[in-house]
Amino acid sequence: MLVGLLIIVPLIAGLLVFGTKGKASHQFALGFSIVEFALSLAAFFQYHHNPASSELILNCTWVESLGIHFAVGLDALSVLMVLLTTFLVPLIILSSFKNEYEKPNAFYGLILIMQMALVGVFAANDGFLFYVFWELALIPIYFICLLWGGENRGAITFKFFVYTLLGSLFMLVGLIYVYSHTGVDTGIKSWALTDLYAAGKSLDINQQSFVFWCIFLAFGIKMPIFPLHTWQPDTYVNAPTQGTMLLSGIMLKMGTFGLIKWLLPLTPLALEKWGGLAIGLSVFGIIYASCIAIVQKDYKRLIAYSSIAHVGLIAAGILSCTQQGIQGGVMQMLAHGINVVGLFLIADILLRHTGTRDIDKLGGIRSMNGNFAVLFLIIMLGSVALPLTNGFVGEFLLINGVYQYSATVAAFAGLTVILGAVYMLRSYQNIMLGERKDSAIAFGSLDGTDKLVLYIVCFAVIAFGVYPKPLNDLAEEGTKIIMQNLK
Amino acid sequence: MKGLFILSGLGILAMLAEIFKFKKVLYPLVLIGIIVAYALGFTEWNANFNIPMFSNMIRFDNVALAFSGVILATSFFWFILANDYFEKDHITDHFALVLFALVGALMLTAFSNMTTLFLGIEILSIPMYVLAASRKRDLASNEAGFKYLIMGSFASGFLLFGIALIYGATGSFDLMAIRAYISHNGSELPAFFYAGVLLVLVAMLFKVSAAPFHFWAPDVYEGSPTVITALMSTIVKTAAFAAFMRLFLVTFGGVNETWGMILSVVIALSLVVSNITAAAQQSVKRMLAYSSISHAAFMLMAILANNRGMASVSAILYYSLAYSIGSIAAFTVVYHVSKEENGSSNLEAFNGLAKRHPLMAVCMTVAMLSLAGIPVTSGFFAKYFVFSLLIGTSFNWLIILAILTSAVGVYYYFKVIIAMYFKAPAKHDGITIDSSHAVLLLLTTLITIALGLVPNFVIEIFG
Repeated sequence: MLVGLLIIVPLIAGLLVFGTKGKASHQFALGFSIVEFALSLAAFFQYHHNPASSELILNCTWVESLGIHFAVGLDALSVLMVLLTTFLVPLIILSSFKNEYEKPNAFYGLILIMQMALVGVFAANDGFLFYVFWELALIPIYFICLLWGGENRGAITFKFFVYTLLGSLFMLVGLIYVYSHTGVDTGIKSWALTDLYAAGKSLDINQQSFVFWCIFLAFGIKMPIFPLHTWQPDTYVNAPTQGTMLLSGIMLKMGTFGLIKWLLPLTPLALEKWGGLAIGLSVFGIIYASCIAIVQKDYKRLIAYSSIAHVGLIAAGILSCTQQGIQGGVMQMLAHGINVVGLFLIADILLRHTGTRDIDKLGGIRSMNGNFAVLFLIIMLGSVALPLTNGFVGEFLLINGVYQYSATVAAFAGLTVILGAVYMLRSYQNIMLGERKDSAIAFGSLDGTDKLVLYIVCFAVIAFGVYPKPLNDLAEEGTKIIMQNLK
Repeated sequence: MKGLFILSGLGILAMLAEIFKFKKVLYPLVLIGIIVAYALGFTEWNANFNIPMFSNMIRFDNVALAFSGVILATSFFWFILANDYFEKDHITDHFALVLFALVGALMLTAFSNMTTLFLGIEILSIPMYVLAASRKRDLASNEAGFKYLIMGSFASGFLLFGIALIYGATGSFDLMAIRAYISHNGSELPAFFYAGVLLVLVAMLFKVSAAPFHFWAPDVYEGSPTVITALMSTIVKTAAFAAFMRLFLVTFGGVNETWGMILSVVIALSLVVSNITAAAQQSVKRMLAYSSISHAAFMLMAILANNRGMASVSAILYYSLAYSIGSIAAFTVVYHVSKEENGSSNLEAFNGLAKRHPLMAVCMTVAMLSLAGIPVTSGFFAKYFVFSLLIGTSFNWLIILAILTSAVGVYYYFKVIIAMYFKAPAKHDGITIDSSHAVLLLLTTLITIALGLVPNFVIEIFG
């Protein structure tokens, strides 16, 4: 029941917000998203209390003759992802208080509807439903980027849309292919996750390879993994800040989460054959994106590339199919989601206060606003995975997992730590420290809402870094289930 | 069956209306007639499954009734869309022509004999030739009618020739008899029988405007009055597919090696040609014409998967319903926009429609999403059913091609959405539309979404 509420509340909220006007839509959206967060906290504690609780599972028939069910449920992994989603959405909404958007009702309505789809993706236990939510998440973000994006948004948003749509259609084909092999004994076809797992494993290596690449394409585009990433930097830079946060903070996790739940257990044989290539691509993407990030001038674009690097490591860890790798992937998904929202907000604050995001034109902001410098520092350190920040746990486990797969690959993947520190620290140094440039003079103090969001993010960075146990336990438990299914 | 009588009766009545001067009541009369015909269809459901009519010329089985249902429902919506069309001159002629075309369409859903097939096609086509040219003083309309006539007659010629050859080989016009003959004498059929099947195939491909037999379609679609284009791309298409399906799934199902390969090539060509050409169009009406070729290719894919029995039939049924409803909505918007812009349906005419008439923009968006096959609209399920029919057969490559071309499809459908929401309008004054059209738009949009949420009703209709 609770899980049903988690999906239906944002949908209803979104539709209600469409009917509001002006400032009201803003506050409504924030209120509803906080309610949603409370619900997901309830689900989190419910799960702790009793993982098999009927509150966390919902299963109704949708199209009987095709074996399609509206089956959603929260297991260890989905609880974490839903928690991340519902934690970030209020922050994203809150961070938009200083941006004047035209038609705020549509803007916030779309964000909430997207939240519904995202929760649906993470909770779906039915392949068809998963696909539908997956596609549904795309429509609102398309319109958010298209209507409120920067210059040249038409072409860029369009590229993003076609890329992801193409990927998801291939995923649909892969899923239908597996689905068509279900029910060999019973004659009844089914889209249920467990039936798909069974059917996927019964396929021979060639069939599995076909399915693997069809589905991997969709996830690889969404994350994105080299060489499918070309839509990403432009889209991130051109989207409105909140759109970028949604894309990188949550939507990207659809891809990595999909890898864990919807690809690994489906095609274990193909993974043995092709996993190396996929990891190779991911690791190459890490180095490639890090190198580009180092030379970026635009801070928002720099974060966009750093995001490719981070997600490359996550993908490599997951594809290594080790307990540590997958668990680290989950932890890093959570950490990256939180950090990247903070970083994109900082990029937005820089632009609003100084009129530029060009690293060369910025400098010495610390002398104008020390408070901001500290907050920025904490989030930045979380992003470079300093011990006792949230990024550390995940990154450590990830590299450990990749190392178990292959020491050479781990050596290359480990470069992300060094390269990440290079571009992150250097950009921080340029922007905040050094000689005060003209652009910094008018920086002034932060707005209340921005400050609040940054405080919350910093708190999460530290709290989650110092005491990751509750989340880590869940990630471990979820990973164990996946590992069992892999056998 | 009763629907067929009612529509024929209405057609004759429409011709009498000029003489007896009851033109005014004709429009409501027709709407009521269609509703009654639709309702009577329910009483026949499961009832006369095996009762042949008129010496086994026509047989309204459940499949025929289901397709008639789609045609009648679409025609009801179409008559609401076309209310303007019946206000100027030649009202009664127009009514009669459309009604007779509908009679032909219904015959095509239910024929059980090659002669009824031919009759149905002619009864459907001849009024359409006239209607295409019904804007008498417009050169483009005349050209459309003329082209349609020439091409259509050619196709009919092919059809007749094919029927004659098949008759020569099997000694029968009856579909079931031909099917039985094929299954009994599969190995010793004469070569000219296969030639006959292929001629029939070509004729039907002409009628559904699949590439490379599609050249008439864009000109005819663009030149005809917009409402007639809507009629052609919905009702005529549904009827043609009902006939296509009956012929090739049922009658010629036994010789699918003969036509399967050719059909797959035709589908591939249609997908590529239509989507790439559609992407280059400036006129939305013409773009919809090309896109209709691509949708035809999708429906043909369902026919290609000919070993799936009723699954293919319900997939085609669902597809034609989804496509018809989506098209009616799209054409309603195109009709109003082009009226506003003195007949031009260029993409620029859609600029800023979201500001000028939000309802139309929203409904057009849903229609475009549905035609592009995005969940949870009906267009998505339509494509899904087709994919699931073909996956795992030897036609996997067609699915990959269909996906790639669908992405191109998204490009041109979304061009319209981008124009409506993103481009600045040339004129800022609002557009006013009839309240009946507003209701029509809302209704078709709701149906599009409802069909996407609960496809059960259609897909499980045959049990």
